[in-house]
Amino acid sequence: MEIIIQRGEVPQTYNVELENVTLLTLLNHIKTKIDPTLTYSHGCRSAVCGSCAVRVNGREQLMCEYKPSDGDVVEPIRNARVIRDLVVDGSMVERFNRAGEAWSEKNSNERVSAEAMERIETQSDCILCASCFSACPVYTANPDFIGPFALTRVWRYVNDPRESGIESKMAAVQSNGIWDCTLCGACVPVCPQGIAPKQDITMLRTKSVMMGYPDPTMNFGGGFDLGGWDF
Amino acid sequence: MAKVLIIGSGGAGLVSALSAHEAGAEVVVVSKTLPTRSQTSMAQGGMNAVLDGDDSIADHIEDTLRSSAGLGDEKRIAFMCEKAPEAIEWCNRIGLPFSRDENGQIARRRLGGASAPRACYAQDYTGLKLLHTLYDQCLSAGIVFENERFLLNLIVDEATNRVLGATFLHIETGEVEEIRADAVIMASGGYGALYGKHSTNSVQATGDGLAAAVRAGAKLADMEFIQFHPTALKNSSILISESARGAGGYLLNANKERFTDELAPRDVVARAIHDEMAQSGAVYLDIRHLGENFIDHELPQERKLAQIYEGVDPVHELIPIKPAAHYSMGGIEVNETCMSSISGLFAVGECANHKTHGANRLGGNSLLELVVYGRHCGEEALKYALKHPVPDTPNLQLAKDTNFVRGVMYFTNQIDFYQKQEMLANIFYNNVGLVRDDMGLKAVLGAIRQMQKELPFMGPRDKSKVCNTNLVEFIEFGNKIELAEMIVVSAISRVESRGAHYRIDAPQRNDMMFGAHTITWKEDGVLCADFVK
Repeated sequence: MEIIIQRGEVPQTYNVELENVTLLTLLNHIKTKIDPTLTYSHGCRSAVCGSCAVRVNGREQLMCEYKPSDGDVVEPIRNARVIRDLVVDGSMVERFNRAGEAWSEKNSNERVSAEAMERIETQSDCILCASCFSACPVYTANPDFIGPFALTRVWRYVNDPRESGIESKMAAVQSNGIWDCTLCGACVPVCPQGIAPKQDITMLRTKSVMMGYPDPTMNFGGGFDLGGWDF
Repeated sequence: MAKVLIIGSGGAGLVSALSAHEAGAEVVVVSKTLPTRSQTSMAQGGMNAVLDGDDSIADHIEDTLRSSAGLGDEKRIAFMCEKAPEAIEWCNRIGLPFSRDENGQIARRRLGGASAPRACYAQDYTGLKLLHTLYDQCLSAGIVFENERFLLNLIVDEATNRVLGATFLHIETGEVEEIRADAVIMASGGYGALYGKHSTNSVQATGDGLAAAVRAGAKLADMEFIQFHPTALKNSSILISESARGAGGYLLNANKERFTDELAPRDVVARAIHDEMAQSGAVYLDIRHLGENFIDHELPQERKLAQIYEGVDPVHELIPIKPAAHYSMGGIEVNETCMSSISGLFAVGECANHKTHGANRLGGNSLLELVVYGRHCGEEALKYALKHPVPDTPNLQLAKDTNFVRGVMYFTNQIDFYQKQEMLANIFYNNVGLVRDDMGLKAVLGAIRQMQKELPFMGPRDKSKVCNTNLVEFIEFGNKIELAEMIVVSAISRVESRGAHYRIDAPQRNDMMFGAHTITWKEDGVLCADFVK
């Protein structure tokens, strides 16, 4: 099988005879048997540590879950500085989770129904692999966009039935946050955990409007918007 | 303000970071990767705690003590079990999304060796959700993270046996750095990755912290005790959670017959599987009767992983399994305050030996231990740091390690260390695994000593300064070899069977001779071992 790996500016082709293995197993084979300079991140092998997200043929995949085919092109994820080969600078995780204040502020130890807890089950499955971040087209226009993984995390805490400290979180996602999303949905199919950040962002928008925040996307109908009616 | 340096960013590291911060310390957490990528994310089953009258703390203590097979410290186990309800409450308060039962209480399930259902869980993602919740809290608290730093050595003042800090390889730049602090907490995880493809662990679990502690003169305890999880996927050693059996899953042999009590303690079940595999050739986990609905809801990871790695759908098919190395009971020897034999060096989590698991850990007790002892350790480290501010002593460790990283590039590479690493994993699984004997252990010891001699003929073939993971993996291999020797010497010395350590040439437990902890350390490069009550 031929696998093409983007290494800096140069694509490199490796020929490996391994059948029915994951892409990660294949790369481990290359590193330990063929080329020890090939550089990538990995950890748990079981799709839970979030280390091994890459792009295969232009789509985000976890290497430990993906079964490669002949001719696959593997590149590092987008929107992050490439350090070497498939390893990128992961500082966006800390930066944007901080920006969105994606944490619990004030929580109670009261009883909560199973159904109520299930509201945040999917969002709290996030493994911070940054696949959604890589797929997001907004970053080419706004590098400060808080973005899909952090906004999903904000919604996870805002929607937590035990949480009572949501005000400053909602304030934190107003600029460079929920309104900067184009709702294109590119983040949804690439999530290995079946999370839909676009939906969570929509929920945050609804919540914002209910809390009295203006909706800057609704700039028609007699407002004082600088853009104004365009006819 | 007193400064506490925490090495490792898994559950234990982050809990102690929050605890030290809360108590008023300046905290720096150093991670080999990124915090949410650590081994804790892989814990599935749950966290034990007695929350109501149907169960009792005395039973939790009793179960833990029984499983520890004489090597558990009753006082420390009692401390852990008594603080368990509070630990769960704390986790819930910081946002850990526990699953709930029909009364709205935190849901619990029964894991092997427990007399009642007492493992609080969040689906089969308990560790993942705990780790991420802790990380979010650390960001909220403004804790400083230094990521992608690989621990090289502890800095210790020899004259006073006092830790001063540690040195790290900044993986991205290739530079060696030092961080000084008033107290150091080692929270660097276990050494399961020594077993390579026969381990359920992350490839990162290479025991770097334990190896650095040994080089710095610290003592290790009970290194021969490595827990084998009964049910890992046969080809990849990926974990299938104990909750699959807790929920009613069966173990079947090649003839599709049940052959053991699925919910006995892990060492017992793992050995039963080992024997059955030798006899009938294969063992399967059967969860088909639990139904698709239940499996999708309670064991979603298991279903996905079995499909990817074994090509079977557990809803309709049997899952081929084998036992695999899972948890390091052995670790850095610590006292009640979590301090090691080096002043100012604390240890917590899987890299430490708190004597709470003894010879065999109960499922659901490791997450509990890291929360209870993580909180304790953070406080104790700060207390020490306040009382004993670190002296500004000159020390050559940084210079030494800078030279080492430079020099290792000139190692001759006549021997491929990846090949040796694979061999080490195989001979460990076969001879230092579930069933051991003197001859096999001594043969492995010979092989390890040979590899130690050969290290200068190995080395990284990648000469890049930037992000050289080949170099990191070579130093990790050196750490594995360092610990491998201590594990095997401990296993040779303990001529009896107890918990996870089973000697076919000495199948009985012998309290007279070995009812004590195996303590190992190095003096001037020479390995020493002793049994201490």
